[in-house]
Amino acid sequence: MTTTKREKSLIVIQLSGGNDYLNTVVPYSEGKYYDYRSTVNIPQDKVIPIDDRYGFNPSMGPVKFLWDERKVAIINGIGYQNPNRSHFRSMDIWHTAEPDSIGKEGWLGRAIRDIDPLGENVLTGINFGRGLPRALACPGVSVASVGDLDTYGLFPDVQDEELRMFTLEAFSKMYGGAAGRDPVMELLGQTGQDALQGADILRTAPAMYKSSVEYGPDSLAQNVKSISQVFHANLGAKILYTQHGPFDTHSGELLSHAKLWDEVAGAIGCLMDDLKEHGTEDDASILVFSEFGRRIQDNGSGSDHGSAGVAFMIGGAVNGGMYGEYPSLAEAEQIDGDLRANNDFRSVYTGILEDWMGLDAAPIVNGQFEKFDLFKS
Amino acid sequence: MISNDTALMAHLLRRAGFGANRNELEEYLAMGYDGAVEALLNPSDPGNMPDDLIRRYHVEQSELRDLAGSAAYWMYRMISTSCPMEEKTALFWHGLFATGYAKLNQARSLLNQVEMFRRSGLGSFEELLVELSKDPAMIVWLDNNENHGTAINENYGRELLELFSMGIGNYSEDDIKGCARAFTGWTLGNAEYMSIRASKDSIWPYGRIAWHFDYREEDHDDGEKTFLGETGNFNGEDIIAIIVKQESTARFVATRLFQFFAADVITEAGEKTIEEMMATYFSSGYEIRDMLRTLFHSDYFKSEEARFARVKGPVEMVVGAIRMAGNYQNPALGIEKVSNTMLYMGQGLLQPPTVEGWHEGSEWIDSGALVERVNFAAKELSDVSSPGVRSIIHRLEAGADQGVLDPADLADGCLDLLGPIEVSEETRSVLVEYAARQGDLDLSGHQPGDEAEKRVGNMLRLVAATREYQLA
Repeated sequence: MTTTKREKSLIVIQLSGGNDYLNTVVPYSEGKYYDYRSTVNIPQDKVIPIDDRYGFNPSMGPVKFLWDERKVAIINGIGYQNPNRSHFRSMDIWHTAEPDSIGKEGWLGRAIRDIDPLGENVLTGINFGRGLPRALACPGVSVASVGDLDTYGLFPDVQDEELRMFTLEAFSKMYGGAAGRDPVMELLGQTGQDALQGADILRTAPAMYKSSVEYGPDSLAQNVKSISQVFHANLGAKILYTQHGPFDTHSGELLSHAKLWDEVAGAIGCLMDDLKEHGTEDDASILVFSEFGRRIQDNGSGSDHGSAGVAFMIGGAVNGGMYGEYPSLAEAEQIDGDLRANNDFRSVYTGILEDWMGLDAAPIVNGQFEKFDLFKS
Repeated sequence: MISNDTALMAHLLRRAGFGANRNELEEYLAMGYDGAVEALLNPSDPGNMPDDLIRRYHVEQSELRDLAGSAAYWMYRMISTSCPMEEKTALFWHGLFATGYAKLNQARSLLNQVEMFRRSGLGSFEELLVELSKDPAMIVWLDNNENHGTAINENYGRELLELFSMGIGNYSEDDIKGCARAFTGWTLGNAEYMSIRASKDSIWPYGRIAWHFDYREEDHDDGEKTFLGETGNFNGEDIIAIIVKQESTARFVATRLFQFFAADVITEAGEKTIEEMMATYFSSGYEIRDMLRTLFHSDYFKSEEARFARVKGPVEMVVGAIRMAGNYQNPALGIEKVSNTMLYMGQGLLQPPTVEGWHEGSEWIDSGALVERVNFAAKELSDVSSPGVRSIIHRLEAGADQGVLDPADLADGCLDLLGPIEVSEETRSVLVEYAARQGDLDLSGHQPGDEAEKRVGNMLRLVAATREYQLA
């Protein structure tokens, strides 16, 4: 699959554990924020101002830099009706776009099926990290899950290169052989060959990649670097997914949240520099989301599970700016002590699917949702 | 030559357990097939380490609120049990009455449910459904605590009929309403307290306690109900008594047992066996143990057709490979990582994706999952320091003339001792060719971890990577 005109890709960074919205985009001009957050707050003089009301967490310098270039869309008050404060359930809801019943298919799994209905490219969707997030899971859709790009594939524990080569050769023969009449053996054979082929192609990516950008040593930075390598290898990868955490800051929040955002903002900054260096800034957009925000009132050391959160869409093709209203901290507006969501996450999905990926969103997100104008036309 | 007795016993132990190493296999062979079936169907002492001792090693399992520690705990029980059918049965019901952590945030109640499956999973289906309807994890999972005399919530009533007993198409919407009304008042005794605890989402100061069942007369709708053509002031037990009488229930239970314990795909001969199991269901008074006895003694089950007729589920794959390698017999660091591996393969214990459970059979196989499956089993079985692998090496040496194996001996010996596993002629020739690269193997005088032993490990790695190893 070689195309001269690169098609658009979506990069997803999932913040697992519930990112604290109030300490990410800080309402630093509001007295109520400092009342509720008497301990776990970002002082006014530390905030990186966005305007005279809101400011970024001090660890988000690289994001502010991109904001000034109008490449960052801040989507306020994102969530869904009847918030669920379980990590797992809420993440499931985000992954399957099914807030009311238990969904079976991931929204991005469905998107991959629409992009490549015959499953011709085993690398249309790739997760970086082990295990498959439900967002990417869909029956019949092959998605590679890459723990470590340099060792990805079969028998990574075999140190002796010659032995590994012989073993892979034998594997290839065993899975390529005639399957007889048995459909299960045939499926196993095909899947084994897909896995080998995907691994073979992916392993070429790092060698094809040159960049002056130096990514950090943390796991997110390394995964994002792998994303950049695979993206720039032109393998037809349309959806590249990774996650970082834990954002579940019940205690010691100020320190751990700052470190996490140093890493997230750093990785995003590096990736955007990398895209710029390769002249591909307008070809990839980054979605950053978390399963929920956190409680308005702090608990003295951290904050507990909450409801509405914030999502970001970042990229050269993104219409930077503030989207939606920051939910009110007034007691009457709260929902059981949480910020009340005023933007359904599926409206953001709808915008991404239709305006970025050119897909029909309604069947993927299970309904019609009004969307923001997140992308430059 | 592998005797049919050995191959059949290995087949039984892959179905009524997680596969068996040669020592276990010989113990069961000594009982004879019928004796082995009875031993498996009548679990006695599983021989696991007491929970309080386990928790000295695993503080994360002490509190049992947390998902990862609790899933690892169950996995340890599966790995270490000497009554594998007890755990296999619990796994079966866990997949059928699929209850997940996501909504509960309470692993302790889930583990209590699993314990209920151990206790009642081989008994009467009627009693099992009554226990299930009183199970706190299930009550929360399917909202029966929101099912009130004044306003019904149909969720449990509907799934009880659709997913847990009769199957869709065998009852009306009115039957669902009647069923839901009968289960009003079946709720949690400590819900209010627990919801305060959950809203704080804190384990402090006393850790999580489990929910318990409570029947609230005042919240029960005692009015007249019509259910499947019968009318009366039914309570939940009455509804279950009507459900279990249905032919559709017999077929549903027999089919699900068949697909889990015999074959993914139902052939004509398989259909006949399902009908025999249905007959046993009625004649025994709905006894699961008797239905399985019918299955394990059926001509179909003993036939070649039923061998390797299931794709191993991730739990079977992981637990089976670990039991074969003889690792994690005692709680050990790293067990949580291993338990996560099953999740990477698509089956996290205590976290079925939906109330429908997992889609099994060929749906276990996708490229990401296959890479995880092959890598896990290959690594586990190629480590020549593992006790189970050492035992395989000793058996290979003992069975060889002067300790020397030619390439075919090595390939056949490994296939035998890991199963016996039947492979296609093509697969076998690749294995033999792989061994032939280094000629004959001389195991005489082998020392732990030397080159000769490593060659056995390399062959076991390749056998674990075959297509055939993916099947049970």
